[in-house]
Amino acid sequence: MRAQPALMQETARADQSLNAHALRADARRESLRLLALLAPSLFLVFAIIIVPIGWLFWLSLFDEAGALSAANYARFFEQASYIKTFVTTFKVAFIVTGACVLLGYPLAYMLSQLPRRAASICLIFVILPFWTSVLVRTYAWLVILQRKGLINSWLIDLGIISQPLSLANNLSGVVIGMTHILLPFLVLPLYASMKTIDTDCLRAGMNLGAGPAATFRQIFFPLSLPGLASGVVIVFVLCLGFFVTPALMGGGKVIMWAMRMEQTTSLYSNWGAGAALGVVLLVVTLALLGLFQWLLGARATGVWSSR
Amino acid sequence: MSIAPSALPISMRRIEKRFGSVPVLRDLNLDVEAGEFLTLLGPSGSGKTTLLMVLAGFVRANAGSIRVGDDEIITTPPHKRNIGMVFQTYALFPHMNVFHNIAFPLKQRGVAATETAERVEKALDLVKLQGLGERRVDQLSGGQRQRVALARAIVFEPRIVLMDEPLSALDKGLREHMQIELRALHRRLGMTTVYVTHDQREAITMSDRIAVMNGGRIEQLDKPETLYATPQTRFVAGFIGESNFIPVECRNGSVWYEDRRIHTAAPTPASGQHLMVVRPEKLRLLAANAEQPNGVNVLDATLSDIIYQGDSFVCYAVLRDGRQLTLRDYCRSDVLARMPAPGQPVSLGLDAQDTILVAAE
Repeated sequence: MRAQPALMQETARADQSLNAHALRADARRESLRLLALLAPSLFLVFAIIIVPIGWLFWLSLFDEAGALSAANYARFFEQASYIKTFVTTFKVAFIVTGACVLLGYPLAYMLSQLPRRAASICLIFVILPFWTSVLVRTYAWLVILQRKGLINSWLIDLGIISQPLSLANNLSGVVIGMTHILLPFLVLPLYASMKTIDTDCLRAGMNLGAGPAATFRQIFFPLSLPGLASGVVIVFVLCLGFFVTPALMGGGKVIMWAMRMEQTTSLYSNWGAGAALGVVLLVVTLALLGLFQWLLGARATGVWSSR
Repeated sequence: MSIAPSALPISMRRIEKRFGSVPVLRDLNLDVEAGEFLTLLGPSGSGKTTLLMVLAGFVRANAGSIRVGDDEIITTPPHKRNIGMVFQTYALFPHMNVFHNIAFPLKQRGVAATETAERVEKALDLVKLQGLGERRVDQLSGGQRQRVALARAIVFEPRIVLMDEPLSALDKGLREHMQIELRALHRRLGMTTVYVTHDQREAITMSDRIAVMNGGRIEQLDKPETLYATPQTRFVAGFIGESNFIPVECRNGSVWYEDRRIHTAAPTPASGQHLMVVRPEKLRLLAANAEQPNGVNVLDATLSDIIYQGDSFVCYAVLRDGRQLTLRDYCRSDVLARMPAPGQPVSLGLDAQDTILVAAE
């Protein structure tokens, strides 16, 4: 008998949303607690990414006299050497990325088709160069490629050529060295994506009348494209900011963006100009990433979806 | 009907396959009749999927011959075999929409665009997916994917269609629905079909004939009803349906269980140890002390438990030698009225026609 009024009361409150206020407060408290958990990492991101980039941007707005000006940016359009550096950087990035694709795709394909144990042994050889410093590897390439290096002396000893080939201290040296260093960055994501391709899909292709070549072209290759795209993006972006290898292997003839930055800041102590170079590289890289993202996104919504 | 895969018989002779030193298919012979729906049924590891892979050409046999019609295909590469296949995981191409998936085999055969469109449309009609051609594969439900895989496997009018546990990824209701639909589609198109499953119920529901496989061999090849009524080996009796086995002895052409003579309808072996196969639904609870007509084998036992299952009930009874028997019957009121209580002695009846003997291993 006493239970009934209590029940009525509850139904009455239910009409005005039972406990709604307390639940809202609870939800708010929970979000605050989650935010508190995130705080340390947010602080790190702020301190080591946002602040330095903001500072870089700030620096780029002042000329050598310390006055606020756009001179640092105007220089890009006025001085031919800047434009040339810019063009060289992209040229090298395109060639190196292309070379990585040509070498890396067959390599990743082979790795993906090998039995598990053989594949893991071969993968060690792909990853091995990561354990050696870029500087050491670049000097090793110099030893191999220079005028009196291994390759030239062998070729001359074998009588194949009479004059040494110029393999180092020019564009080809830069491309060879950078391709070697960046190849794993393409092979690893590509290999990972190839491993996820369902072998039954390939079998289905054969079963439905496509020969081995047609099955590769119409099924395997399109399905490996997402992995190829991420490898290409990584390699291309790394190329744009590469410093050690072009500086050592280019013989002063191949000036890339990062080298120009180094000159500006350490040689001429012009921090504003160097900062402007950094900002432009950052913006261009972000724009490229955005473009890739957009292209991949357009694919994913079309017929060419990646599962 | 534009999609009418020509029905051709398959004849497999002395197929052998070893993985390393492990034999998977041993001296296997199998004939599939033209237009037949034949199921390879067996536990995992029995070689049924390997046999299908050998038929499709994905696995190379160590020895043997496969003839489709008059053609020997054992060395033909898979893309020239002209055999449709539905994969367990469907293996739809994720980068193509439904239309392009189904059009794929036609494209490989150089079929013109207008004809391709027509035939894909017909195939979509057949599997009841009209108007879904532009859908992406990942926008389809499991059942729809299954239908696309089926349409893709029959659109090029293959000589033979292979199916590798195509329904195992579907939930129970949909699976039973698709069994009936696949069966109807087979009746309509009449293509020679080899179906692989480990589900005996599915095999019995769908097949013209069932080949029960065990250890890389075919134990028995028969119509579903023959297979169930007269299993020829202990394995088949145990794998298809539920069975209790009671050891019996044959002496001078008659069969004995302990001191009791067992009546059988089929001719009995002259001598040796055998097993009597007792199906739970063939056993009856006999009224106490009632006179039994001839031709009914009576087994004396003690009732140990009764499990009520709504439409039916299951009784567990223990024979004098400690062997347990299972009995299943429907809950009719006359049966329920004289249901004994656990612990009471019962008489179980088994008709002579339902008494099956298999060799003791």
